[in-house]
Amino acid sequence: MDYSQFLMMPQELGLLVVFLLVFLFDTFMPKKSLGALPVFTSVLFGAFTLANYFLLARGTAFSGMFETSATTFVMKAILNIGMLIVLVQSIKWSNSEFQAVRRGEYYELLLTTLFGMYLMISARHFLLFVIGLETASLPLAALVAFNKNRYESHEAAAKYMFTAIFSSAIFMLGLSFVYGLTGSMYFGDIAARVLAGGNSVLLITALAFVIAGVGFKLSLVPFHLWTADVYQGAPTAVTSYLSVISKGAAAYAFLIILVQVFGSVYSAAWEWMLYALIVLTITLGNLFAIRQRNIKRFLAFSSISQAGYIMLGVVAANELGLASLMFYVLVYIVSNLAAFGVVSAIENYSGKVSIDDYNGLYKTNPRLAFTMMLAMFSLAGIPPFAGFFSKFFIFVGALETGSVAIYVLVLIALINTIVSLYYYLLVVKAMFIRQDDCIIPTFKSACSERIAMTACTLGIILIGIASCIYTFLVEAANADNLIFGLLK
Amino acid sequence: MLGGLALSKSVKQVRAVAVTGATALMALAAYLVIEFLSLRAAGDVSPMLFTGSWTWFAPLNINLALGVDGISVVMIVLSAFIVFAGVFASWNLKPLTKEYFMWFCLLSTGVFGFFISIDMFTMFMFYEVALIPMYLLIGVWGSGNKNYSAMKLTLMLMGGSAFLMLGLIGIYFHSAPEGGQLTMNILEIAENNAIPHEWQYYLFPMTFVGFGVLGAMFPFHTWSPDGHASAPTAVSMLHAGVLMKLGGYGCFRIAIFLMPWATQELSWIFLVLTGISVVYGAFSACVQTDLKYINAYSSVSHCGMVLFAILMLNTTAMTGAVLQMLSHGLMTALFFALIGMIYGRTHTRDIRKMGGLMQIMPFLGVGYVVAGMASLGLPGLSGFVAEMTIFVGSFQHADMFHRVFTVMACCSIVITAVYILRVVGKILFGAVQDEHHKTLTDAEWHERFAVVTLILAVAAIGCFPNFFSNIITEAADPIMKLFA
Repeated sequence: MDYSQFLMMPQELGLLVVFLLVFLFDTFMPKKSLGALPVFTSVLFGAFTLANYFLLARGTAFSGMFETSATTFVMKAILNIGMLIVLVQSIKWSNSEFQAVRRGEYYELLLTTLFGMYLMISARHFLLFVIGLETASLPLAALVAFNKNRYESHEAAAKYMFTAIFSSAIFMLGLSFVYGLTGSMYFGDIAARVLAGGNSVLLITALAFVIAGVGFKLSLVPFHLWTADVYQGAPTAVTSYLSVISKGAAAYAFLIILVQVFGSVYSAAWEWMLYALIVLTITLGNLFAIRQRNIKRFLAFSSISQAGYIMLGVVAANELGLASLMFYVLVYIVSNLAAFGVVSAIENYSGKVSIDDYNGLYKTNPRLAFTMMLAMFSLAGIPPFAGFFSKFFIFVGALETGSVAIYVLVLIALINTIVSLYYYLLVVKAMFIRQDDCIIPTFKSACSERIAMTACTLGIILIGIASCIYTFLVEAANADNLIFGLLK
Repeated sequence: MLGGLALSKSVKQVRAVAVTGATALMALAAYLVIEFLSLRAAGDVSPMLFTGSWTWFAPLNINLALGVDGISVVMIVLSAFIVFAGVFASWNLKPLTKEYFMWFCLLSTGVFGFFISIDMFTMFMFYEVALIPMYLLIGVWGSGNKNYSAMKLTLMLMGGSAFLMLGLIGIYFHSAPEGGQLTMNILEIAENNAIPHEWQYYLFPMTFVGFGVLGAMFPFHTWSPDGHASAPTAVSMLHAGVLMKLGGYGCFRIAIFLMPWATQELSWIFLVLTGISVVYGAFSACVQTDLKYINAYSSVSHCGMVLFAILMLNTTAMTGAVLQMLSHGLMTALFFALIGMIYGRTHTRDIRKMGGLMQIMPFLGVGYVVAGMASLGLPGLSGFVAEMTIFVGSFQHADMFHRVFTVMACCSIVITAVYILRVVGKILFGAVQDEHHKTLTDAEWHERFAVVTLILAVAAIGCFPNFFSNIITEAADPIMKLFA
């Protein structure tokens, strides 16, 4: 075996080093100094994130099972940024007395799932992809159940576990059909043989199963039923991780699978399946979000509808769509993490998680309210915040295909932004306009939380305006040799 | 200016910064007009002056492209005036003065950015930047049923902009002939004139309705009365005075300018709708009893007139439309300022509960009469000039359809006179309705300042209309040639 091909996976190796160092620190350092573990991990991971930008390998490894390209590199870097913010955000939470015994596990499991997502992004062979998918899913179930003493946490974990297993099973059933039809698990081989063999009912069924399997990770309607309960039950740090990182990785992988593997059945099959999924996801996500009173459930449904918008980049199935998808994920990460940062700061301080508890927050905690407002505006797509740009670009990417159906689809999505604006404004209204007798008193959030929130706020304001980021993503998407040509 | 506001701690500092900023804006606007005129006088005939373009998002060919023509210059002057007056009108606003002015500034930023953009993307961005502060401005500082109105206003306007966004992206993808470089620059698109007719057929209504919502076109006007009634004074001023003009300006700059073919084909639909706005708004104003509602419906009527005139597609009517924007902007701001001041004293806006205010607060009373006269088109004030030009332009169409609608719109002037005189008679003259009102005082210095500024502007346009109409005609002429 040629060991030099491991050099094609520098980011994975780097992450492994971080993981091992954290593990060693956790295992061998004296009990007293374990309190430094969260900071240690964050700093280490920060260094790794920075170092990322110098790991410029391009190519494939393990006879084409694994690929490092411009976009996989960028996608992993985006996930890293989100991960870093999550780590910093959760320093206070994981240092709380209650968590102290299991502090190490939290970080180790978190890093493991990220490793799984890396594999999902880079896999060009379904076996590797499934390994990545499982590595990303199963530790998350443990993380969801992390609050050992809370009933909801267990319930959430059980729900997550069952749906994860069920969807993996469906996914693999679909894969077995694909293997039966084509005799290969390599993305490239399958694509070539599907193109030669044409459509068949079995192929379409297999495709539907694959979409269902990945749709679960993205929590697309109708595979979303776990989302709200899990978001509510899991510790907020885990919820924020679940809502952004795992979604971003799945969205990118989804696009790669559909384009690279099933590109040739685009207009016959998956284009229409996706249209239906997107309309359902955006609309139902929005409609359910309106009625939520618990802020975490609220964000869960909002994230469902956001996933629908991300999918627009997949439907576009062109370079612009890919770039817009990555941009959307980045913007979504900072905006959603800003919201979760505020939620967790308030939860840590007062234990309150209802939207009504936020009444009059601006009076007592203007900074938190301001951050939350920016996050809400960005999620709703209001300029000059980043969300506006990401929405605009993802619509442009989708409309570049130019079919009438896609104009209708985008129109539905746009009308849904109005619905979403309504419920995002409900939160703003609670904080700025409504008054209450028992307002959350003024408090000082922890230093780490403030750092994370500042980073998110800066991200929300700057990512859109600094055009170099989007330009860079488009260049990366163009540099990739994805075979979009099959689609036409 | 935003930065300055953020730094200032006390209320006094906030005011100082706001006044300085607004004055600077006025000065800049005046400077712009002088420069503009001197360049034109020097024989520069390019469609836009002071153009500048910086690449922003290269992959989509989005540029930060700025430039002004005669129409935008006029709109900028208007905005500067109203922001200036608005700052004085919200002098005693409490609580959260600093936040209020920050949002106010953001709103003005959006407005000015919109008028100077010649790139569709930046234009749309500034458009939305101008919309969203309204929610908080009304929600936090408003009165009455403010939550409902703020939400309704925001959602309806954003709904319009959803159509607009789709329309703009559609235009972008057809902005150049097959294989050419796509562009967001309005001038280049107009020059290419490459949008296929069947696409114009869909994109024109989309963009026109998108902007028309903000221009309070029937049946999308319902946000306007509620919004205006609940908004604080200066916000009503800015909203009716400037923001609603964004709608008219956008309809003209994007829908009509870029898609001349569809404009000619489809203008009749919108002519009917705007005609209804004009008459319906005026009739509704007659039966309202809340001062702000009366004025809001009158705004619907007047803004309908703007769109109506734009759709007449000739230079005279177009000039009238822009003059109407200018004149309506100023006089409606004057109205709302006065209503705010009266409300601040009497704590009621119900005209049935007021009377004889002329004896108690003569200054505000006179101001109200002047505004009313401008609104119903008294010669010598701005309303007359604008409406006259519009109707002369509209009547140039020889066919029955246009003439019937023009006559209908003319009738609205009579109805305007009815509701204006009804209010003036009711609240200013007659017996004092409420004993408490006798103890009230007249305007303070900053209020007087705001009112006088606006009255002077209204009178200036009425007496010297040529100054503005020349600038406008020059800009409207080349565009309206598309339809000759």
